[in-house]
Amino acid sequence: MLLFVSGSFWLILGTVLTLIASIKLHGPGFLADTPWLTLGRVRPAAMNTLLYGFACQTALGILLWLMCRLGRVLLFNAPVIVVGAILWNLGVTAGVVGILAGASTGFPWLEMPRFVAPILFIAYALIGLCAILTFHLRRERELYVSQWYLLAALFWFPWIYSAATLLLLFDPVRGTLQSAVNAWYTNNLLGLWLTPVGLGAAYYFIPKLSNRPLFSREIAIFGFWTLAFFTNWSGLTQLTGGPIPLWMISASFAATVLLLVPLCCVATNFHLTLRGQYREVKENLILRFVVFGAICYLMASLQGIVGGIPQVSEITHFTYFVVAQTHLALFGFFGMVMFGALYYIIPRLTQVDWPRSKLVRVHFLFSAGGITLDVVVLIIGGLIQGSKMNDPGVGFVDLVKSTIPLVGLSTLGLLSMLIGQIAFLGNLYLLLRKFCAVHCKAVLTRPETAKTEANL
Amino acid sequence: MNSGPLLFLGILFTLASSFWGLVLAPQLQIGRQPLRTIEATGQIYPSGRPGLAQEGAEVYRANGCAECHTQQVRPRGFGADFERGWGRRRTVAQDYLHDYPVLLGQLRIGPDLANIGVRETDALKHLKHLFNPKLTAPGSMMPPYRYLFEKRKLKPGQSASPDALPLGNEVEDGHEIRPRPEANALVAYLLSLHSEAPLFEAPLPQTPTNAAPNEATSTNTGPTTSTNTSPTNAATNLLTPVPAK
Repeated sequence: MLLFVSGSFWLILGTVLTLIASIKLHGPGFLADTPWLTLGRVRPAAMNTLLYGFACQTALGILLWLMCRLGRVLLFNAPVIVVGAILWNLGVTAGVVGILAGASTGFPWLEMPRFVAPILFIAYALIGLCAILTFHLRRERELYVSQWYLLAALFWFPWIYSAATLLLLFDPVRGTLQSAVNAWYTNNLLGLWLTPVGLGAAYYFIPKLSNRPLFSREIAIFGFWTLAFFTNWSGLTQLTGGPIPLWMISASFAATVLLLVPLCCVATNFHLTLRGQYREVKENLILRFVVFGAICYLMASLQGIVGGIPQVSEITHFTYFVVAQTHLALFGFFGMVMFGALYYIIPRLTQVDWPRSKLVRVHFLFSAGGITLDVVVLIIGGLIQGSKMNDPGVGFVDLVKSTIPLVGLSTLGLLSMLIGQIAFLGNLYLLLRKFCAVHCKAVLTRPETAKTEANL
Repeated sequence: MNSGPLLFLGILFTLASSFWGLVLAPQLQIGRQPLRTIEATGQIYPSGRPGLAQEGAEVYRANGCAECHTQQVRPRGFGADFERGWGRRRTVAQDYLHDYPVLLGQLRIGPDLANIGVRETDALKHLKHLFNPKLTAPGSMMPPYRYLFEKRKLKPGQSASPDALPLGNEVEDGHEIRPRPEANALVAYLLSLHSEAPLFEAPLPQTPTNAAPNEATSTNTGPTTSTNTSPTNAATNLLTPVPAK
């Protein structure tokens, strides 16, 4: 629970920072005289807040809940998890402040200063170990597909995180190998940590909420192994044309194309599970979040595959196209699936219903609209930017100026997302107030209650 | 397949494959790439940065310049980096051996800076650009970095310091703008950015006219150290350069 609340808080902060960064892209004078808020510091701070503050925490929370639910077992050692969560929050706070203060390491998605890495790692280890032990002690021995994804994510994250921090921050490799390791890490953070958790949740909630059994377990498992194998090879397409050996990029490109296989698996499986039930999706708000997220997953993966083709990347490389893909995956896929899950889980943990269902509707409409607007204009902007960049006749200043209206629209999209998230947070606040009124307990004891109730 | 251990092994194996393939194997391939001597000039390449420029690299990193500026030139015929004058050859692994962190960058909201030290050698212009980009590049969308400068009130009759920026009407009367040490370091770093040494795997294009003769020959000499088969050869063939239209 603590993970969820602090995750939501970081989400808002992250979106505000993203918004500031986005405004700066078309109004460079905005907040320019404060070194702490210069564009080059706000952008990485926003990304780190979203990734480690919101995404990782929510992912961990939902992972723990699903592990309990699917294993029909109590959470193992909740106090340790609380300690881990507090430590994680301290680490993220220190890291984001560090970035804003100018102590960024300069490695995308690993900008937090070096001393933060061990804090985050220990915090993760505490939570992760409890999650694994919870899994180990499960009473329901039969495994559901979601557990495959979640268990795998649990092992993959510490590996990529420790490997990347060791090879980049503590015992750095030389030259452009740093960029290669970095690309491997960013790709895997999204593909092998957030994606499996998001998909695991989607595999649980889509059949659950539509009251239909999953269409095919075999396809899901086949999809799992192909995803596991191809994702982690696919990261280096983001360095196409860059100063690293060619074979690495080629290998990544091959893996990227093969990602079509798990993509089709997920698409068929979800579609066939929901076939004939799409009216449900319209009526059930929670299911709407999850299905929207699943659609965004397909879009984002497809965009990643198309963007990996050298002929396309010749244009889209270094442009807003890439930003659009990150937003689509993070806000669209992961964010929306997580919101759906939170709307389902939190009332069951607290035994308090959402106070305002209207706010849920507002949240969905503004988020879905905002994400669509943001991503579509950034893709168009990226294509314009890229094709003009490859036309030496267009001056660079003119090129940048031509994309400004589109970046302005994307700011609107982000603003709309922020409104949706504020609706969510307001609702959460009302719910918690009600909950506290009922239980009269200090905030920190909530996980204890969660523990007993996770067994429902 | 419900067996936990098998699942666990599978999970470990899949990630291990790319960890070996994309992290450890390249380390074996180019992890110990040596510095090389450029035959034409006899200099070791890449040469280290002078102290001030190294400090500037820290300023560049801390302020996130790499969020908008890349430092990589793509091969000729792949994109228009060459035609835009961002570099006379593509950048290769050899160019970055001294950099930590390597700031290749992912977005080009601003132009590429891999060769900015070649394109613009005037330190004063760089300072003015940092203070207010619109002065040197009208219409630029780069944020001003006024916090790298110091505004000082001049006493009546006092003349401006020698390092004050000649800004004309931009600065109020009786005041002067002086670069802080960070600004000077950053400019030193920008001036040190050049990746145009002719390398075996990335020769300079042979321009038939106005090219210095020694430059034209140096492109074919190749590396002179004992490691004559450069590990980055593969990188040259990355995308067969097609002549630009």
